[in-house]
Amino acid sequence: MTRTVVRASGLTKRYGSFTAVDGVDLALEEHKIYGLLGRNGAGKTTIMQLLTGQLFRNGGELEVFGREPAEHADVLRRMCFIAEAQRYPEDFTPAHVFKAAPWFFEHWDAEFAERLVADFRLPLKRRIKKLSRGQLSAVGVIVGLASRAPLTFFDEPYLGLDAVARHIFYDRLLEDYAEHPRTVVLSTHLIDEVANLLEHVILIDQGRILLDRDAEEVRGSATTVAGASRVVDEFVADRPVIGRESLGGLASVTIDGRLDRDERVRAAELGLELAPVSLQQLIVHLTGPEPAGAPEKEVAA
Amino acid sequence: MLRTAPDGPELDESRPIFIQIAEQVENDIIDGTLPEGSQIPSTNEFAAFLRVNPATALKGVNRLVDDGIVEKRRGIGMFVTAGARARLIERRRAEFAAQYLRPLIVEAEKLGIDIDELAGLLRAERIQS
Repeated sequence: MTRTVVRASGLTKRYGSFTAVDGVDLALEEHKIYGLLGRNGAGKTTIMQLLTGQLFRNGGELEVFGREPAEHADVLRRMCFIAEAQRYPEDFTPAHVFKAAPWFFEHWDAEFAERLVADFRLPLKRRIKKLSRGQLSAVGVIVGLASRAPLTFFDEPYLGLDAVARHIFYDRLLEDYAEHPRTVVLSTHLIDEVANLLEHVILIDQGRILLDRDAEEVRGSATTVAGASRVVDEFVADRPVIGRESLGGLASVTIDGRLDRDERVRAAELGLELAPVSLQQLIVHLTGPEPAGAPEKEVAA
Repeated sequence: MLRTAPDGPELDESRPIFIQIAEQVENDIIDGTLPEGSQIPSTNEFAAFLRVNPATALKGVNRLVDDGIVEKRRGIGMFVTAGARARLIERRRAEFAAQYLRPLIVEAEKLGIDIDELAGLLRAERIQS
């Protein structure tokens, strides 16, 4: 039996006349890695701040580990939130941060933190103000991993981290998650890099959930069909179109839904090219400027 | 045993990863890299190596178990079953026409290559390789 650690319904947050989070229903299950994806300003950070009790909602219901998160120490202690621009006390060094971490995180593993410091080549004694952007991000990533909090949020954790450091993060996250399963919510724009790490994808746009699905289901769930416009149009006639580009007499149309083997053969016979759509491309289609059609009606998987 | 590129493992975007994991193990069984009775990597090893979610790797391994290609020995790991290779080859042969021959014929027709010419090309290619 999987336990649900977060349950929200109709979750709403308004700033004056602006609705940042607009009636969001979501459930996060224990021991899964979630991707919380969407464009800038979509409402991802606000949702995470609501879940971690840093903001108060204007409407809806919210339970985290079975209780209201705000002002419940036993709930807050089980969560770790790594913000994009984490602030630290003036004059703190990374060494201070890691020394203070076990006061907040009961599962803190100091040895693991030490290994991560070595992996990221983080100078422990340098003042945080003097760290590079990437080193500052490494401090957050280390806290997020070594805290082993049952519910961990990484909000764009790796600004300034180079490709090597990001892969260290992915590798350590997977290794440690395998040994110490927990619920992880990863919010990022580097969708292609993290796509395979995710078990579940939640796509937010304009404060609403656009997609809430198993990552495996999303993978390969859209296809781009390219060829002569007339032939393409005929082929995609009764399918949901989520993207369209054309050039002269050629068209490239992205459709939602898998093609079976017969359809693939037929496409080849018609001289059409089929191309897979990555998670990142799918999200661009779903949240891009083109009218991509109504948000799909979703049931949480 | 599993193919991997320097910057990461090769998985294609269009198909579910768990199916690709299962297929890679099947390929290794067919070509003898994983003999019958040998142990396959653990779910976590697959996950770490391919940089995929462990739940995805587990799904791939479970597919092999459901097909009777590998079996679980409690507390030890997963092992290739006896007769797995023959069964896999039989299944791949059944799929061969649809997966390889049909697209080949479609393309050949597009280029005006008739069946006899195609057969000749196949033979010539066979000699070259």
